[in-house]
Amino acid sequence: MDMLVDSFPMLLRGLGITLLLGVVSFVLGSALGALVALARISAFRVLRGSAIMYVSIFRGTPLLIQIMIIYFGLPQLGVQLEPIPSAILALSLFAGAYLSENFRGGILGVDKGQWEAASSIGMPYWRTFRRIIFPQAIRIATPAVGGRFIALMKDTSLASVVTVVELTRVAESIGNANFRYMEAFLMIGAMYWLINTLLSVGQGMLERRLGKAYA
Amino acid sequence: MTKPPIELTGIHKAFGELEVLRGVDLSVERGEVVVLMGPSGSGKTTLVRCMNLLEEPDSGHVRICDCAFSCGASRDGRGRARLMQRARQQTGMVFQQFNLFPHMTALGNVIEGPRQVRKLPTAEAIALGERLLDRVGLADKRDVHPSRLSGGQKQRVAIARALAMEPEVVLFDEPTSALDPELHAEVLEVIQELAGDGMTMVIVTHETHFAREVADRIVFMDGGVVVEDATAEAFFTRPSKERVRTFLRLVDHSGAVVDAPAPRVGEEAV
Ligand SMILES: Nc1ncnc2c1ncn2[C@@H]1O[C@H](COP(=O)(O)OP(=O)(O)O)[C@@H](O)[C@H]1O
Ligand SMILES: [Mg+2]
Repeated sequence: MDMLVDSFPMLLRGLGITLLLGVVSFVLGSALGALVALARISAFRVLRGSAIMYVSIFRGTPLLIQIMIIYFGLPQLGVQLEPIPSAILALSLFAGAYLSENFRGGILGVDKGQWEAASSIGMPYWRTFRRIIFPQAIRIATPAVGGRFIALMKDTSLASVVTVVELTRVAESIGNANFRYMEAFLMIGAMYWLINTLLSVGQGMLERRLGKAYA
Repeated sequence: MTKPPIELTGIHKAFGELEVLRGVDLSVERGEVVVLMGPSGSGKTTLVRCMNLLEEPDSGHVRICDCAFSCGASRDGRGRARLMQRARQQTGMVFQQFNLFPHMTALGNVIEGPRQVRKLPTAEAIALGERLLDRVGLADKRDVHPSRLSGGQKQRVAIARALAMEPEVVLFDEPTSALDPELHAEVLEVIQELAGDGMTMVIVTHETHFAREVADRIVFMDGGVVVEDATAEAFFTRPSKERVRTFLRLVDHSGAVVDAPAPRVGEEAV
């Protein structure tokens, strides 16, 4: 018990960093994912091709390697990033690849009759997208995007390898200090679980809210 | 005399190998109600979709009010998208599957075009929307989302949405065929009233009684061409083509026959 009390401030700081990594990467990854999804359905081949390439690379390689390339590899090319920015960059790029596919699925999941109905009243393409397609696509994509947020929260633990002192790294150092690995890792495991349980409750509420009009 | 609001000349359209429209000429005069009939797969839907360029013909000319389009090889490029939007603002379309915007209320659906496309001030758009909902008998459904409406009510909202653009012409593609039979009348009545008000309309339907009452002209299609183009009176009492007589015998006995899947190419329809 003493151990817990002593390490409480450390755990709290670790939790803060974990949340920071997860939330910031989710926001940046969503913005990136939205742009990539639009590129993916655009009429321009170069845009489509680049989007496909990006998704393929970042989904096809381990996140751990992406983090290490950014933190350990980029300095060789003269780009030196601090640990936290490195981790956020890698997590955002990684999440963006998956989220773009979730968003694309949402957009393609909207009935084609919706585009036609909007066209038939003379609505231009972008306005149709913004007013008619996007709100429906969000609803379709919410379950997958929520799942991606939760996965991302767990993936933040890989930031520990580039010396970011988030929850996993904190548990490691508590364990190293007094060999109570079991307690330390169980403790942070419970914290991840708690965060993700709250996230999925939030997701459920959002889904119900978005679905209200359709019920 | 003013030019007809819809004028199609030499329209050809194929989907892959399948030639769906094989040279259609058709114009619709101001104030005229034209009913399009014909067996399933004869190209009726494709033809009405050409009338607001939801479907782009492979060749031919389409004129929608003051917007003229050449299709295919001589297709005009620059400014076409803008011209198409303009043409579509002058034609309303009512779909078989309603295609209401599910995330908006009935009123929201109706005022979307006036607000976003015609750029009417909100108060004016709402007043217009309420007037149109009242006209289709749904004033009390103003704030209800489509999921809470019956099929007949949905289609009436869709008609109000089309009218909200104050179009020159309204196109209907089988407006009742997705509805249970007991809901047909409420939709047909609304269309009939529009006809009474002098609205120019093109209606694809299998409902012969309705067609007979509402239509000035019946255009009968088969195999991607117009087979008969006659006044409603002449069409039903003395059809000149055997093809039309067979069709009428079948729909008179059961509407179900023509709703059967499209016949395969080469096989005699119906
Ligand atoms: N987008 C499309 N792609 C491929 N085939 C189509 C498409 N739209 C229609 N068709 C085919 O064209 C033919 C005519 O269709 P349609 O115009 O819907 O006829 P109708 O409305 O008279 O039943 C049908 O055989 C149909 O399967
Ligand atoms: Mg059809």
